[in-house]
Amino acid sequence: MRMRHEVEHEKNELNMTSMIDIVFLLLVFFVMTFKIVEMEGDFTVRMPLAGDSNATSDVTDLPLKLRLRADNDGKLTSMSLNEINLGTDFTKLRANVIGLVGTDEPAEDADGPEIEIDTDYNLRYAYVIQAITSVSGYRDDTDQVVKLIEKIKFAKPRR
Amino acid sequence: MKVKSKKPNLAEGDLTPMIDMTFQLIAFFMVLINFSQTESNERVVLPSSQLVKPPEKPLEFPIILHVAKDGEIILGGDSYTTETLSTGLRRELAVLRAEKKSPKDANVIIRGHQDVAAGQVQEIIRVAQDQQLEQFALRAKEDRS
Repeated sequence: MRMRHEVEHEKNELNMTSMIDIVFLLLVFFVMTFKIVEMEGDFTVRMPLAGDSNATSDVTDLPLKLRLRADNDGKLTSMSLNEINLGTDFTKLRANVIGLVGTDEPAEDADGPEIEIDTDYNLRYAYVIQAITSVSGYRDDTDQVVKLIEKIKFAKPRR
Repeated sequence: MKVKSKKPNLAEGDLTPMIDMTFQLIAFFMVLINFSQTESNERVVLPSSQLVKPPEKPLEFPIILHVAKDGEIILGGDSYTTETLSTGLRRELAVLRAEKKSPKDANVIIRGHQDVAAGQVQEIIRVAQDQQLEQFALRAKEDRS
């Protein structure tokens, strides 16, 4: 009786070594290929060729003009929205945009207001994105996005 | 003698918890692994924005342009300048036309470095416009602060 019991016990012991080897290999593979991905999103800009847009644009519906000026290092020195000087304050820009276009949702068939960004050539791209963020909306107290201007286009590049 | 023979048994530790943990780790890394690494480029540090959200569905017919700090444009692994970019874009558009789509259906995703000159991005848009492309997406990383 005792002999039998010992034999059975030995049979039940599986050899784990090879499995653990593979499992560790898999683990090392996944750890090495792991990369924390930052969440990314897009600002959509619809810009057909200038000739086409002139043909279809309405004279009464002129876009707002945002002018961004930079120093030689590419740092923002001043902004102006429709000739209103805003300094380098993006909250002021947003407040002005709200004042000009309001926070009402545009009618379904209308596209809403349009803004044209005219920037100095050497301005850092991060400032442009910051400006686009300020004009296209904001997050309210409940973290909901309130949209302001959805149609964004660029003026001709300045050399 | 009987006591001695028991010693090897003591050395055999219970591997079950370790294997459990290892499998959990594998499951964790497997779920989080990102296969779409071709979309990113280590030379590009995106500007951040509080408004952008990851898109609910991927953009149709994307043409991804990475713009490095020095203005070099990377499209499909090849590097271009604003002067030579049109050749690369034409190649992409040939693929698009083979699928019976027009350039207007394509989405040009611009992943610009945060310190690149804005004029450089404008030039890229102008070159793309010359190829009849008209839908652009300026990519930024989500800023949750």
